[in-house]
Amino acid sequence: MLYRESGQFKTSYEADQAILPIPQDRWFLMAVLLIAYLVIPAVSSEYMLQAVLIPFLVFAMAAIGLNLLLGYAGQLSLGTGGFMAVGAYMTYKMTTAWPDMDIIVVFLLSGLCAAGVGIIFGIPSLRIKGFYLAVATLAAQFFLSWMFNKVEWFYNYNPSGTITAPPRTVFGHVVTGPEATAETRYMVALILVTVFALIAKNLVRGRVGRSWMAIRDMDIAAEIIGFKPYQTKLLAFAISSFYCGIAGAMTLFLWLGSVETEAFAINISFQVLFMVIIGGLGSILGSFLGAAFITLVPVLLTNAPQLAGLQMATDLQKHLEVMIFGGLIIFFLIVEPHGFARLWQITKEKLRRWPFPY
Amino acid sequence: MANGNGGNRRRIGGVILNVEDVSLSFGGVQALEQVTFSVREGEIRAIIGPNGAGKSSMLNCINGFYHPQGGTITYKGNKRKQMRPHEAAAQGIARTFQNIALFKGMTTLDNIMTGRNLKMRRNFLWQALYIGPARREEMEHRAFVEQIIDFLEIQAIRKQPVGKLPYGLQKRVELGRALAAEPDLLLLDEPMAGMNTEEKEDMCRFVLDVNDEFGTTIVLIEHDMGVVMDISDRVVVLDYGKLLADGTPDDVRGNKQVIDAYLGAVHD
Repeated sequence: MLYRESGQFKTSYEADQAILPIPQDRWFLMAVLLIAYLVIPAVSSEYMLQAVLIPFLVFAMAAIGLNLLLGYAGQLSLGTGGFMAVGAYMTYKMTTAWPDMDIIVVFLLSGLCAAGVGIIFGIPSLRIKGFYLAVATLAAQFFLSWMFNKVEWFYNYNPSGTITAPPRTVFGHVVTGPEATAETRYMVALILVTVFALIAKNLVRGRVGRSWMAIRDMDIAAEIIGFKPYQTKLLAFAISSFYCGIAGAMTLFLWLGSVETEAFAINISFQVLFMVIIGGLGSILGSFLGAAFITLVPVLLTNAPQLAGLQMATDLQKHLEVMIFGGLIIFFLIVEPHGFARLWQITKEKLRRWPFPY
Repeated sequence: MANGNGGNRRRIGGVILNVEDVSLSFGGVQALEQVTFSVREGEIRAIIGPNGAGKSSMLNCINGFYHPQGGTITYKGNKRKQMRPHEAAAQGIARTFQNIALFKGMTTLDNIMTGRNLKMRRNFLWQALYIGPARREEMEHRAFVEQIIDFLEIQAIRKQPVGKLPYGLQKRVELGRALAAEPDLLLLDEPMAGMNTEEKEDMCRFVLDVNDEFGTTIVLIEHDMGVVMDISDRVVVLDYGKLLADGTPDDVRGNKQVIDAYLGAVHD
C-alpha cells in the first residue's frame, strides 16, 4: 500500500512512455538527486569524496557503458579497461596539445576516440559470439595496455611513463589538477554521470535500445524484422566505448590525478563486469547499484573493524575483506541471479501489496 | 467459407511473387528441387506438405535467409539478387516462425514496436536527447502499434515480458510484430501449430481480417487441412522438395498424387 499505482491513469502515450511513469518513483529520484547535489558536497569529508564517492561515479559511468553493450546488446566484452585507457590518454594528449580547449569538450572528444577504437575491436562481434567474443575483446585490453606503455608519444615522452592531469578550469573553477578541491571534482563527475545516465536511458527506451535487445534476444529474428546486425552491434560497441572512455578520462582528471596503464589493467575490466552482473544486466539503475556495491562494500569492510573498536593486523584485515567480499558476491548471486535491479523490482512489487501477503 | 469471405471487397491482383525453378540443397540433401509457383497480390496462398517437404526452406528462400542454388525469385517485378533478410524486410516482406522467435526479454509492446523500426527515421543522436522529432516519432509509432494491439486483442498483456506469456498469445504477438511492419507480403510459418480449436479459430479470424482489411498478401504453411482448405485461395503442395500439385483447395483435395503423399500409396 506504500507504493501503489491504482487510480493513476495515463491519458497520453507520452505519459505512459515516461522514464518514471509513477509519481512515487519520481519523488524518490528527486530526493536522491537533491541529496547528491546539495547535501553530500556540504557534509562529506575529503576522504569520503575522494575514496568513496568519486570512484563510485567513475565506475557507475563505466558500468553504464558496459551494460549498454552486454546487458542490452548482449555482446560480452572484457576490454572495458582498455577503452577507459583510451579515454584517459587521449584526454591527456589533447589537453596538453591544446591547453585552451575546454576540458569538457576534450572529454567528449576523447570519448569519441574511444568510440572509434571500440568500433574497431567490435568488428569480430559480426562473426563470433559469447565467450569467443570475450576472448577477442580481451585482445583489446592487452593491446591497448601495451600500446600506451610502449608508445612514448602517448605520455609525452615523460621518463616516468605516468600521465598527470594538468590544471584546467570550467567557468572559472579549477576542476582538475592538484588545486582542484574534491567537492568541485565530485560535482563535475556527478553532472557528467547524471547527463549521460539520462542519455543512456533515452537510448534504451527508443528504437536503438529495441534494436540492441532484439539482437541480444534473437539475432536471426532481429535481422528478419529489418535490423541490420552489423550496424546495430557496432553502434553498441561505439556508444559503450564512448561511456568507458569518458569514465577513463574521469579516472585521470577527476579522481586519481595521475595514472599509469596499471590503473586500467584487466582487473578493472573484470570489476566493471562484476558490477554489471551484480547490479543487473539490462538495467541502468542496476549499473549504479552494482557500482555502489563493488566500490562501497570494500571501503565499508576496511573501516568496519575500527568502527567496532577491534584491533587487527592489516594483512589479516585485508584478507578478511577479500573473503567477506567474495562471499557476499556469491550470496547475492544465489539469492538473485538477475542482480540488484531485479531485487529492487521485486521489492516494489511487494510494497504494492503490503501489508497483505497475497 | 473462404472464397465467400468479404466476397466482393477482396481484389486479387497481378503476380507479386514468382518462384521459378528454385533449387536448394544442403550438401547431399536436396531440400527444394525446381519448384515453381506464383503468388498473386491480395491472395492467401497456402504451402502444404508432409514433414521435411521443404516448406520452411521455401519461406527461408523467399525472405533471403537461404540463398537458392538454382532458379529465380521475382518479387514485385524485380528479379531477386542474393540478399540479406533485412533487405527483404525493407522491401516489405515480413514473417513469423514455426517455433516462435520473439524477443523474450522485451515486453509485448516493445516486441511489436521493433516491427516499426524500418519506418523510424530519427538517428541515435536524436534519440539520445529524446526531444522534439524523436519523441514525436516514437509517439506516432506507439499509436500505430496500439491499433495492432487492439486488433489482436492483446491489450491486457501490453507491458508483460513475452517470455512469460502462454504459447497461443506468443504466436499472436509474433503476428503483431510482423504486422507492425505493414508488409506487402506476409509469410506465416505454421501460425496455428500447437493451438487448441478456439485459438485456431481466433488465429484464422486474424489472418482473414489482415488479408481483408489491409489487403496483405499472405503465404502460409499449415498442417491443419481444415484450416488450409477453408481460408486459402490457392494451395501449393510440396513433397520431398518437389512440387506435387498447385491449384485451388478443391483441385488439390482431389489430386491423386497428393492423397498418395499424405496417406501413403502402394508402390508396386
